[in-house]
Amino acid sequence: MLLKKSADIKSSEITPKNLYLNRRRFLAGTAIAGAAALAGLELGEAVSPSTVAHANTKIEGLQKSPFSTTEKITPYKDVTTYNNYYEFSTDKDGPSRLAGNFKTRPWNVTIDGLVQKKQVLDVDSIIKMAPAEERIYRHRCVEGWSIVVPWVGFSLSELIKRAQPTSKAKFVEFTTLLDMKQMPGQRRDVLQWPYVEGLRMDEAMHPLALLCFGMYGEALPNQDGAPLRLVVPWKYGFKSAKAIVRIRFTDSQPRNTWNISAPTEYGFYSNVNPNVDHPRWSQAKERRLGEFFKRPTLMFNGYDQVASLYSGMDLKKNF
Amino acid sequence: MVRWSKPLVFLACLGPLAGLGWRAYSGSLGANPIERITHTTGDWTLIFLLITLSITPVRKLARQPWLVRYRRMLGLFAFFYVVLHFLIYLVLDKSFSMHDIWADVLKRRFITVGFAGFLMLIPLAVTSTAGWIRRLGGKRWQALHRLIYASAIAGVIHYLWLVKADKRKPLVYAVVLSVLLAYRLVVWLRPKPRAAKVQLPAAAEVTEVSTN
Repeated sequence: MLLKKSADIKSSEITPKNLYLNRRRFLAGTAIAGAAALAGLELGEAVSPSTVAHANTKIEGLQKSPFSTTEKITPYKDVTTYNNYYEFSTDKDGPSRLAGNFKTRPWNVTIDGLVQKKQVLDVDSIIKMAPAEERIYRHRCVEGWSIVVPWVGFSLSELIKRAQPTSKAKFVEFTTLLDMKQMPGQRRDVLQWPYVEGLRMDEAMHPLALLCFGMYGEALPNQDGAPLRLVVPWKYGFKSAKAIVRIRFTDSQPRNTWNISAPTEYGFYSNVNPNVDHPRWSQAKERRLGEFFKRPTLMFNGYDQVASLYSGMDLKKNF
Repeated sequence: MVRWSKPLVFLACLGPLAGLGWRAYSGSLGANPIERITHTTGDWTLIFLLITLSITPVRKLARQPWLVRYRRMLGLFAFFYVVLHFLIYLVLDKSFSMHDIWADVLKRRFITVGFAGFLMLIPLAVTSTAGWIRRLGGKRWQALHRLIYASAIAGVIHYLWLVKADKRKPLVYAVVLSVLLAYRLVVWLRPKPRAAKVQLPAAAEVTEVSTN
């Protein structure tokens, strides 16, 4: 049983009520898990009663971010009923119907590969690693639609720094939960499960890359990738893996799921790029949900500050 | 029976449009209403094409010759929904830019094949009247109207080529269409007695007409 207790779990001062309650749940979960470990049971079976509906739990003390856009935020209802989350369904309105009972606590994230500190962390201890920020980002789907979402989280680099990757680590790989019981979409092999995504180390360390656990000031709804997801705003949406259970550091470029599915259509980089079309459709324009006509798509989804990551690279070849 | 039921069938065929209208009015078209309308009209185009193509097998196998009286209306509804489908693309996706549409047609194979399927339905809709059947003559009219086979195949391929990974729905259309076309192939290949029945061209069998 690889369940680490975070060191600060006992401190109760200046703790927002909700986070405090989460800790209580975590402690309870840890206790049950410990007992289960003694009894030789699987964690998932042992703590099944502690299903916690975390959506609508307010996240207090959010810091504003200079990375936020001032564009009009897409309504919460749209962002929670129009989801590409094939683990639940290939229909846009499927995840909101099917993810209601998805268990996001207890939730462990394995950090391994080329790091000094291989460890299994509880998601609540990850959430407390750094102050939560609200980041209002544009989000562009490879299908040609876009939204503006006030995500909650902190830079992925905060976690990476703490994991202390070795000098050999050149890429980071993110794996989504594999659980056919809870994720009915995984019973069909529309994609190779579990879902895997990856970033180059410098991309992952870029301050814009967000480790996300909330949106609209609340905990992340299940259909939007709870309890922990990635948000990489200058890349197409599928790069932002949801329900992450493993973060692995590697020396070779990981194969990401959509690239395995259709190598000529979805590359490893998948930067938003109006000049490089999807083989079957144009990427020059996008439909912002709520708008009537399409609007032009911006290079790197308007996040020009990442351009230097790709200087000298042929972005048509490295699509 | 056909006479009084025709208006009812007509109203039923407007059902999908009414459904969209109601959803638009009640604000339940979802987060991406334009996509929803595009997909719905595309779906119903294919459904009406398949229903139209099933008239002949069903009326022959079930010996219900009167069914043919609905065929023109059903085919025209397929055309009606494909026109809506195309108009949404023209207005909301391409903002009336014929230049952009042409670029799309040349470059995107799912649009190439979909657009071809749409174009093929235009002469069929135009020549759907009794006057045109007379003007063309039964045989030529029928030969022309076999374009519906190509159009339906194009429509299904259009759908297959645009989905990202989940091919279930387009494959359902593909299977149904294959069955309907296989019926024609079987009838066409089967040796048949020479005694041709005298029929109205509109009701005549595709399979009873020799290829020109």
